[in-house]
Amino acid sequence: MEPESPAPEAPGGSPGPALELRAIDKRFGAVHANRAVSLSVARGSIHGLIGENGAGKSTLMNIVYGFHTADSGEIRVNGRRVVIGRPRDSIEAGIGMVHQHFMLVERFTVLENVVLGAEGGRLLGKGLGEARAGLERLGRDYGLDVPLDAETGHLPVGMQQRVEILKALHHRADILILDEPTSVLTPPEADQLFRMLALLRDQGKTVILVTHKLREIMAITDRVTVMRQGAVVHETATRDTTPRALAEQIVGRAVLLRVEKKPARPGPALLEVRNLEVRDRFGVPRVKGATFSLRAGEIVGIAGVSGNGQSELLEALSGIRRPSGGAILLGGRDIAGENVGPRDRRGLGIAHVPEDRLRMGVVGSFSAEDNSILGYEGRPEFSGGGILRRGAIRSGCERKMAAYDIRPPAPRLRITAFSGGNQQKVVMAREIDSKPSVLIVGQPTRGVDIGAIEFIHRRIVELRDAGKAVLVVSVELDEIMGLSDRILVMAGGEFVGEVSGEEANERTLGLMMAGVRGDPRK
Amino acid sequence: MSAPGRLPRWADYGLLPLLNLCAALLISGLVIRLIGESPWAALKLMAAGAFGAQDSVGYTLFYATDFVFTGLAVAVAVHAGVFNIGGEGQAYIGGLGVGLVGLAFGSWSPWIVVPLGIAAACAFGAAWAFVPAWLQARRGSHIVITTIMFNFIASALMTYLLVNVLIKPGQQSPESREFGPGAVMPSVHQALGMIGIPFAPSPFNLASLLALAACLLVWVFIWRTRWGYALRVFGQNPQAALYAGISPQRTILVSMLISGGLAGCLGVNELMGSEHRILLDFPGGAGFVGIAVALMGRNHPAGILAASLLFGALYQGGSQLAFDMPHVNRDMVVLIQGLVILFCGALENIFRVPLAALLCRAGGSGRT
Amino acid sequence: MKPTRAPLALALAATITGAASAADFSPAILYDFGGKFDRSFNQSASDGVQRFTKATGIAVREFEIQNASQREQVLRQFSRRGASVIVAVGFTQASAVETVAKEFPDVKFAVIDAVVELPNVESINFREQESSYLCGMAAAMASKTGKVGFVGGMDIPLIRKFALGYRAGVAYVDPKAEVIENMTGTTPAAWTNPSLGAELAKSQFGRGADVVFHAAGATGIGVMQAAADDGLLSIGCDSNQDYLHPGSVLTSAVKRVDVAVETVFTDAKAGTWKSGSRVLGLAENGVDYSLDEFNRKLMTPEMERRLNQAKADIIAGRIVVPEYKSP
Repeated sequence: MEPESPAPEAPGGSPGPALELRAIDKRFGAVHANRAVSLSVARGSIHGLIGENGAGKSTLMNIVYGFHTADSGEIRVNGRRVVIGRPRDSIEAGIGMVHQHFMLVERFTVLENVVLGAEGGRLLGKGLGEARAGLERLGRDYGLDVPLDAETGHLPVGMQQRVEILKALHHRADILILDEPTSVLTPPEADQLFRMLALLRDQGKTVILVTHKLREIMAITDRVTVMRQGAVVHETATRDTTPRALAEQIVGRAVLLRVEKKPARPGPALLEVRNLEVRDRFGVPRVKGATFSLRAGEIVGIAGVSGNGQSELLEALSGIRRPSGGAILLGGRDIAGENVGPRDRRGLGIAHVPEDRLRMGVVGSFSAEDNSILGYEGRPEFSGGGILRRGAIRSGCERKMAAYDIRPPAPRLRITAFSGGNQQKVVMAREIDSKPSVLIVGQPTRGVDIGAIEFIHRRIVELRDAGKAVLVVSVELDEIMGLSDRILVMAGGEFVGEVSGEEANERTLGLMMAGVRGDPRK
Repeated sequence: MSAPGRLPRWADYGLLPLLNLCAALLISGLVIRLIGESPWAALKLMAAGAFGAQDSVGYTLFYATDFVFTGLAVAVAVHAGVFNIGGEGQAYIGGLGVGLVGLAFGSWSPWIVVPLGIAAACAFGAAWAFVPAWLQARRGSHIVITTIMFNFIASALMTYLLVNVLIKPGQQSPESREFGPGAVMPSVHQALGMIGIPFAPSPFNLASLLALAACLLVWVFIWRTRWGYALRVFGQNPQAALYAGISPQRTILVSMLISGGLAGCLGVNELMGSEHRILLDFPGGAGFVGIAVALMGRNHPAGILAASLLFGALYQGGSQLAFDMPHVNRDMVVLIQGLVILFCGALENIFRVPLAALLCRAGGSGRT
Repeated sequence: MKPTRAPLALALAATITGAASAADFSPAILYDFGGKFDRSFNQSASDGVQRFTKATGIAVREFEIQNASQREQVLRQFSRRGASVIVAVGFTQASAVETVAKEFPDVKFAVIDAVVELPNVESINFREQESSYLCGMAAAMASKTGKVGFVGGMDIPLIRKFALGYRAGVAYVDPKAEVIENMTGTTPAAWTNPSLGAELAKSQFGRGADVVFHAAGATGIGVMQAAADDGLLSIGCDSNQDYLHPGSVLTSAVKRVDVAVETVFTDAKAGTWKSGSRVLGLAENGVDYSLDEFNRKLMTPEMERRLNQAKADIIAGRIVVPEYKSP
């Protein structure tokens, strides 16, 4: 194998490429999503594809899978040219894809989901019988144990992911594409997935891992391709590179991977939470007896696998969801009641950056400037006598865009036309600009590119240094460890441990996060 | 990354509706061809019928005024994510308000009675929208269902009132007596006549100015006030509204009250402006046409104004077509109107993706 | 009414001939909601139009209403295009006729089922209660269960007039007989909903009725179909509808709108047309019950004798049929 050749024309080593892309080009209107991308994936290898959001990774994979059609270029599978116009074509060519958001019918059993699209004949019963035998064999071969008759929606996410993999294998996939597969997994689950992928590789399957996490690339891949702005900028054998080198390739410049901050000098508690209990709309308690305090001048991180009560905690603190018990004390006043809603809390100095930006933090169809006043539209600087001050909103947005380096600096542009990082900066700018004393941040850098991550982290630290209290909830352990002065670990709706930022390491946190998951609650 | 099918604004607001309209007219033409008439002559007849003479223009604008009110009503609700199908009933009850004012205070000065009538139209229409809105906000009853039911209740109520209470004594037809002279919205030909410009008589009246004002007010409300902002946030992303502290219940109620009030104004145009009495079924389906108008007008007052003109012309031109083409009967005209609604409303996206692809290709090759 | 491929020419011709000379006779008719093929009220008017055209060879301009605002507009347009006489069918046309007749004093208007007092308007009304009375009698005599039904279109004065006469006729024959009464709806759609008519009829049958009378325009088609399907009896309305289901339609409350329309056109053409109000009842042959080859077998001689006796009594004033007055 030639270490630095982006598109080997001939098979360099012993195994020929399982998948070869030649000069794939794709435009969406003005966006040039893929620029003459060539990629060669050796058979029986795990190939990493890394890049910032919007670098064109997903577009490329969607072309391979048949969701999009390339404007030009060709796809070769096992040296043979294939035309892929729709997912069925790629399935027939032996390509399987595990999407970031699973494409499973939750009410179906595992078996029904797996045979979906490959029912085999008109009578479902016969197809199911054959499929069962085949799946049991696959399960044995690859260590993919899944209860075939369980209802899919009831399985833990890690298990659902296996169903997706099983489904791809059942459809006779030789090339498996996984798009951000670990975003929903606990560290132990991720490790398990990687062991599984290694096993698949050893059995001769080809795996393409699409991710933005350097750690995963380093841990498991054989080769890695870096994409930036729609083009391949770097390709190398994984053992020949370092995370820092890759990060520089991804961003196009040198980056800081660690958050630089001085030690915290915590002041008095600004927000105190006592015995907080929050139930979801079905009446199931999701936060149980949470007690903690948030002091001026410190960043408290909450670590945990997604879905363990963090969302409900955030919603209760910001006033979106009314807690069913306990107290939230802000300057000694209990604001847990319903009559102190999100708007009142903003007035009291609690700002909130929601964890799911597109679902909650912005209105996708609005312009950046309209999004820059969400929740604050009634403030005198933005409206008087009910009439919006358009000029002030525009200039305010322009100022924020300049201060936060939001690109493009176009207040009237639709928010969804910005990259994830720039969207998040709009939200951060809005909330920090409201001069809060307490900032609550959910997933500060989810779907944000590396360059913006650095920027956002710096802003959060600045806020802390200005004597404000910050609560950060994140499923990214690196982020929690890098940012937090104090870390609380949440599992099953309860706080299961607290460590200081300096002492924390992945292993202890991971054990805390996972240890409680043994709890047979689900 | 742009989704497939996103269009530049000029194409979204201009070209696409035009294409849809052409498709509808093409199919209508085929049907007219099938029954043995000339589609071209029919089109010319319709156009001449809608705009060919002063009174035709008057009728076109009169119908358009109705559709502006009901179209705006639908649009305001849609901006809040609420689908108000009850424009018909709200207009009917709004007309009851106008009528009661007209019957009770018809002898007073129009300077008092006309504003009073407008206020009553809004209040009655809003009141009729309030119940479904409240049921949706507090009880989660689906507003599409409840507003449809309220259309029927409105028409039952009006039939009862007209047959048993409001009917002019000793008369067969279930109509109230005429309003007094104070409750008459001056017609445009009268108004123009006063300043010396002759204009053929038609029901086209000054309620059309109210419709224009309503367009402006709705625009200001939706895009320039914090309440309109809150309404749009809720309509586009209810989760974001919760996050922003915007009350869903209040938003639904406010949007429906405004919506009902706007629909109610149809009563001003029809009753104060034209019929000068309460009669059965005067909204005549304009409440439903409002849905198509709002869809086609992209829920923007300017678009609604344009779409209302189109539908006004379709109504007036269609009636002219039925008048002049013996083989094109009433049902044919309904068919043509239905096709326009189908293409501009329900199927408005059939050309979107191909058009986007076409423009994208043209744009792409232009750059390289 | 012949198909033409040159509508523009026709329209033009109509305009020119209308304007060319007053001697040219140009009649027009405006139908009500329901349309001219409702097999009932409007169709009856349409029959009159066709008979007139057949007899004289003169085409009649026709228009079916689609919304309320069209009434005035179409009447005005007829007038402007040189119509000599315009018939407006239906009580809802009254106010429009009143307005337009004032604007065109030289044009002759006739309005059916309403009264407009103007020198150039003829108002034609019918004593529907009289034919309904006879139909009520027939229903009561034919009923084996002692229960008869009535399906009205909308609850409006005209239909109450039918219902009141019908009930009186039933009571005249059998004071203990029960009349089950339903209205179809509250919107104009009530006149054009045969499936709902059928459902109402079936529910009345379910409650024991075995004869049902409809005064519901096209909705009545469904009522009669339901009766035929269940082997029971129905009574038609406005037009003679006996032929629709021979052996199942007991009789029809015939309202000679066709005669009225034809008479208006013929008189106007002959120059003998007079304005004013005419009320047509049994005495004037304006309304009647029908008896023909389609329902002959359903009518016993005894029934026929009693009906004819009652008819004579009503004409002579010995029976006074109650008439509905609006409040």
